[in-house]
Amino acid sequence: MPVRKPTTVREPVRKTARKTVREAARKTAPATGRDRNPAVDELLPSAVPVRFVAEDGTAVEPPAGRTAPADGELLDAYRRMVLGRRFDRQATALTRQGRLAVYPSSRGQEACQIGGVLALRDADWLFPTYRDSVALVARGLDPAEVLTLLQGGWHCGYDPAAVRVAPQCTPLATQTLHAVGMAEALRRKGEDGVVMAFVGDGGTSEGDFHEALNYAAVRKAPVVFFVQNNRYAISVPLAKQTAAPALAYKGVGYGVRSEQVDGNDLVAVLSVLASAVEYARSGGGPSLVEAHTYRMDAHTNADDATRYREDGEVERWEAADPLARLETYLRGRGVLDDAEVAAAHEAAEAFAAGVRDALNADPEHAPGPMDLFEHVFAEPTPQLREQRDLLASELAAEED
Amino acid sequence: MTATTTAGTAETTMARALNAALRDALREDERVLVFGEDVGPLGGVFRITDGLTAEFGEDRCFDTPLAEAGIVGLAVGMAMGGFRPVVEMQFDAFAYPAFEQIASHVAKMRNRTRGALPMPMVIRIPFAGGVGGVEHHCDSSEAYYAHTPGLKVVTPATPDDAYWLLRDAVNDPDPVVFMEPKRLYWAAGEVSPADRRPTGIGRAAVRRTGTDATLVAYGPSVSVALEAAEAAAQDGRSLEVVDLRSIVPFDDETVAASVRKTGRCVVVQEAQGFAGVGAEIAARVQERCFHSLAAPVLRVSGFDIPYPPPKLERSHLPDADRVLDAVDRLQFDDEPDVLHLAREAS
Repeated sequence: MPVRKPTTVREPVRKTARKTVREAARKTAPATGRDRNPAVDELLPSAVPVRFVAEDGTAVEPPAGRTAPADGELLDAYRRMVLGRRFDRQATALTRQGRLAVYPSSRGQEACQIGGVLALRDADWLFPTYRDSVALVARGLDPAEVLTLLQGGWHCGYDPAAVRVAPQCTPLATQTLHAVGMAEALRRKGEDGVVMAFVGDGGTSEGDFHEALNYAAVRKAPVVFFVQNNRYAISVPLAKQTAAPALAYKGVGYGVRSEQVDGNDLVAVLSVLASAVEYARSGGGPSLVEAHTYRMDAHTNADDATRYREDGEVERWEAADPLARLETYLRGRGVLDDAEVAAAHEAAEAFAAGVRDALNADPEHAPGPMDLFEHVFAEPTPQLREQRDLLASELAAEED
Repeated sequence: MTATTTAGTAETTMARALNAALRDALREDERVLVFGEDVGPLGGVFRITDGLTAEFGEDRCFDTPLAEAGIVGLAVGMAMGGFRPVVEMQFDAFAYPAFEQIASHVAKMRNRTRGALPMPMVIRIPFAGGVGGVEHHCDSSEAYYAHTPGLKVVTPATPDDAYWLLRDAVNDPDPVVFMEPKRLYWAAGEVSPADRRPTGIGRAAVRRTGTDATLVAYGPSVSVALEAAEAAAQDGRSLEVVDLRSIVPFDDETVAASVRKTGRCVVVQEAQGFAGVGAEIAARVQERCFHSLAAPVLRVSGFDIPYPPPKLERSHLPDADRVLDAVDRLQFDDEPDVLHLAREAS
């Protein structure tokens, strides 16, 4: 993240004129000189969200010090976004067919989902929420294992330690603390891994989020708090969630470097997150990055978004679609052509077909009723053994 | 268990035994970390972590910001990363902000990940009253934890158990809520050497043998039960005292064996009675020992009131007299009413 140093060059001013100069300075933002505290300035997010690509796909001048990822990386991101969106649509369809109990869609948030994952290495850890299935798939997790939670076969379907992705967290913001603990653990073991915690706009109201920011800053933990501000916590809009000028400012009071970014601009998201990750890896400490995005679908399939927001609002955000924006941008740069686009969609269709097949088939190793007693403790207690026997006899009676 | 510097020592206090257990655990296993509020240079408000930072450095025993959910949440992440955190909640009633982390993550992580992410950690909680503590310093919160599947809940009543149960808790593959009875911190006793160490987590201990009735107690109530048994003996009544030591897992075997032998049972707990651990014990005893019982299982507990101010806590806390009153109500003088059985048979 760039260090925004205040302008320190001051012309000598005669005493009588000083007051007038100071008053004038206050009226013209940004203030300079002694009115600013460099320690605070270093933490402050940019006044407007960082952006590389405008809604129409044309390049805009990014803030000084920010660099765009290489075209090859962006092309890779594009393919994953196409795939992620198709996966999301497929999961929604599977919910309608009753294959999933529920699905919280992240349609419209693909720049965040993919950008977050691409900023990380395999050795880094990700602490996701229930709305981040697309990110997990983009990280290469088996989609059927990712959907186990929502399919209802078990709570967490993948081995978190093997893929370095914590179980998708439902209790809001509680995972941000785990992320700090994991960051500590990695550092103590001499690993240079970084931990990224995903959290939503509503989650930033939870106490655990604030405790996590504080801990991370005090202990200089290599954590990136990535806030996907999709403007709704189920039905509650951002305006009722916070009076903060932006959620990014919530890091400043804790001494956490903060930034805000256009969350529908993959180039910006990836650029900002990559430097936050690098900052953490190099020992700088934690960062908070707020991405301004939008939840295009309802909270889940069980929710009715028309009860709390206007169609017009959703339509306006269609114009800011992250996928179309990146496509236009890459086409404009000559990196992407019709054949590439078609290939990306073909790959996504094949992937979706695989997801459908996997979810329509009965899983081979699905946990059964007797598994309910496994893994409560390393060894079942005498009481659990009794209850397990009871269930076994009930099941045996059913079979007779 | 390898030899330690502390086990086998003569007279010590529970506080010193706990301190020794932490010191020996830190020495033996570098994955063990101790943290919480004021546990660093100060040594904790009860001095249980006294000297640990000096000996092991800020890296192994450290102060955290004042945030209990944060302490436990941090411990969850560290346990996921392969460490064995031992965290201190400064007081029973200050642990409530951490309850979501404990109930939703500490207790469930192993289960929800099917064993991939176990949570070997110890949450130490000084609990219960009898020490003149002002408001919010004396709650008996054990039932909240015991009611949460996935947590082991342990409470020592002697320095020997304090040392060995804490060592076991640190080595346990599962999370242990380790409840330390504040009023026993200064109780004296010996710590057994490793070759004569007490049994581990999950087993109760018969502290005094008797024949007329069983008193089942745990933590701060064990000394009350023993006092009552001593007084009863002078009246010619022989009471057996069972110290649970481990609330979860629960030792049905030892408790039921004792009650089957004596035929009568009083459960003693300091906590408020309604929906408490004592209710669970009473239910389990009557489910298992019905035909051995000569009287209903009675409970002696604190009242169902918010913990009282220091000057009034004496009236709330179960004492030996209240226990003896309950023993008197165990229908020793009643003839068994078996006539109706004879009538039905004819």
